[in-house]
Amino acid sequence: MKICCCIKQVPGTTEVKINPETNTLVREGVETQINPFDLYALEEAMRTKEKMAEAGEESTVTVISMGPPQAEDALREAISLGADRAILLSDRAFAGSDTWCTSYVLAKALEKIEPDLVFCGMQAIDGDTGQVGPGIAVHLDMAQTAYVAEVVSIDAKKMVAKRLIEEGYETVELKLPALCTVVKEINEPRTASLRGKMAAKKAEITQWGAAELETPEDKVGLAGSPTQVVKIMTPPCREGGEKFTGETPELVDKLYAELKCLEVV
Amino acid sequence: MSIKVDPTKCNGCTLCVKACPVDAIEVKDKLAVIDLDKCTLCSACVSACRFKAISIEVDKQPAEDLQNYKDVWVFGEQRDGKVAPVVFELINVGRQLADDRSSELSVIILGDNLDEAVADLASYPVDKVYVYEAPELEIYDSERYCRVLTDVMRDYKPEIVLAGATTTGRSFMSGVAIRLYTGLTADCTGLEIGEDGLLHQTRPAYGGNIMATILCPYTRPQMATVRHKVFPTSAKRCEGEAEIIRLTPKPALFGSRSKFVDFVETVGEQGNLVDADIIISGGRGLGGPEGSAPIRELADELGAAVGASRAAVDAGWIPYAHQVGQTGKTVCPKIYIACGISGAVQHQVGLKSSDVIIAINRDPNAPVFDIATHGFVGDIFEVLPALTKKIKALRGAPADSCVIQ
Ligand SMILES: Cc1cc2nc3c(=O)[nH]c(=O)nc-3n(C[C@H](O)[C@H](O)[C@H](O)COP(=O)(O)OP(=O)(O)OC[C@H]3O[C@@H](n4cnc5c(N)ncnc54)[C@H](O)[C@@H]3O)c2cc1C
Ligand SMILES: Nc1ncnc2c1ncn2[C@@H]1O[C@H](COP(=O)(O)O)[C@@H](O)[C@H]1O
Repeated sequence: MKICCCIKQVPGTTEVKINPETNTLVREGVETQINPFDLYALEEAMRTKEKMAEAGEESTVTVISMGPPQAEDALREAISLGADRAILLSDRAFAGSDTWCTSYVLAKALEKIEPDLVFCGMQAIDGDTGQVGPGIAVHLDMAQTAYVAEVVSIDAKKMVAKRLIEEGYETVELKLPALCTVVKEINEPRTASLRGKMAAKKAEITQWGAAELETPEDKVGLAGSPTQVVKIMTPPCREGGEKFTGETPELVDKLYAELKCLEVV
Repeated sequence: MSIKVDPTKCNGCTLCVKACPVDAIEVKDKLAVIDLDKCTLCSACVSACRFKAISIEVDKQPAEDLQNYKDVWVFGEQRDGKVAPVVFELINVGRQLADDRSSELSVIILGDNLDEAVADLASYPVDKVYVYEAPELEIYDSERYCRVLTDVMRDYKPEIVLAGATTTGRSFMSGVAIRLYTGLTADCTGLEIGEDGLLHQTRPAYGGNIMATILCPYTRPQMATVRHKVFPTSAKRCEGEAEIIRLTPKPALFGSRSKFVDFVETVGEQGNLVDADIIISGGRGLGGPEGSAPIRELADELGAAVGASRAAVDAGWIPYAHQVGQTGKTVCPKIYIACGISGAVQHQVGLKSSDVIIAINRDPNAPVFDIATHGFVGDIFEVLPALTKKIKALRGAPADSCVIQ
């Protein structure tokens, strides 16, 4: 079975802070990480490979990332965690891609691989859209489901997945090939093994650009993107208000009075 | 298409360097130099530059038939014939947008046996309710819903389409926008018609640390998913009536490679986080699964939903569906009460847009106090039970004067 996982390199979370004096983003260094949800996607890809192996079917896990050249670091990390192969989709022409174009480029790459199963995170913590995964499936015209919290069963033809939605859990059956986006509840990711780390150092990262993917200029990057960011601002920081200390009865009285003001008691 | 720095305007002030989220700008000899290998053309620097020295040029023309698109449409998400609460918020903002564009507001609802839902929707100030009923659409199916809505959009050509940023809206609207080759802005918190007549969509990114305004200038419809509870619920209509239009189902669109198996409701006792007006969350300070009892008791008393920090979820004290934060849910209740939660950034990003944040923590230096509207330094196991008791005792008593503003 061919299993793919789309991972995105995002800024390390702690860096995205605001400097209250200049009201700008503070970045300590250029630390990056694999988007947290994508680690769960990768782990599920690996677990699926292991499950398939138990059933006697060999599988490969290919990780794909679209981004600037340094996204290679994220792909190496994915190899250290057990992925078999990594592909970086990088090209000047891809810069400025919105979710339409990002899912298009990723879909063009997946088209070449013809996967049976694709895992994505439910959303990226920088863009926070959650649109890329479902978008890829539509570009590829394959079955899909989002917010998967458990893969109940899987074989070469179909999978049963439990998805976490607002009111509870919905179970659906999908014909393969299919794409799932996953939530944190799905598993607990492993950490890199020593062997994985060695493999990551040595791994060859395939690189595909617009030429390899045959993406027309007007369908990628800023030129291909239907949306345009016209303004970015940093909202004022939320400031802490009064902090009360004292004996419990005092605190309770104040807290009660506060709730009364808010008209909830 | 490219990004350029105008050397006659740039004075090397480094504002752009600070604004760049990918560290692609350096100032050399008092001039900003952009590393094109790193730059993602996100435009943060363009907004940050006070001297208008940086510009991104796109040589692109709007499609020719844009004027054929009109009206504002709201996706009337429903489950079991019950309309999702966010839809009534969308009707409110959609009404405003339609009035600003001197156009009409319609709701489209997909499903089966929708009479009650349709009557409900028609009692709000919408001009038209489009009803697409078929047994195959009774239960949400991303593939089917995507194909059907895309088809309707092609026929009716709305100018603006809004859906709730729910698990449903977020996942299948993406596909509709892909099929129509148009833009979809996720999780908007601000929507406005600009002087240019376009829909100005504002949304938080980077965990709410930046707000981006996004346009869809070249294609239609302009599509957005909208965050819960940002816009107030629409009032009911006081006059006139909505036209109800039944669309003819096209079974050719109903193919799907997925099949619904079952649904298990879990929200019941602890409430649906995203719809809740009050959320009481517990963290590692709960100390164990039984530690959540005082939280649940207070939540019952206040009609609140129960939330949790990741620490409490990972310890297995509260199910994941209740986790608030970067790897959980983003919530915007009127009141968020954080109990025994330190307030790590990853937790903060999930609750920052709550109207009022109340924190109870015994550590006076906990970061949660940096964002709490009202902080209480105390032990949750003493404060919460005493508070619940007091609320019970005084239920219905006349209002005291407000001591805290
Ligand atoms: C990639 C990533 C994603 C993450 N995503 C999330 C997320 O989505 N949501 C999230 O919440 N976290 C998330 N985290 C974890 C986050 O960084 C913190 O570890 C977590 O929020 C801490 O939870 P806590 O505040 O409950 O626990 P702690 O940090 O241990 O804080 C417990 C607090 O309780 C107080 N306390 C203890 N006993 C009492 C008592 N009896 N009365 C009063 N106060 C008491 C203590 O003073 C302390 O401040 C993420 C982390 C990473 C790395
Ligand atoms: N540039 C990218 N490269 C690879 N995968 C991506 C990229 N952007 C998004 N994804 C995948 O799509 C998911 C949702 O991202 P988003 O729609 O940006 O919130 C992520 O969790 C990834 O699995």
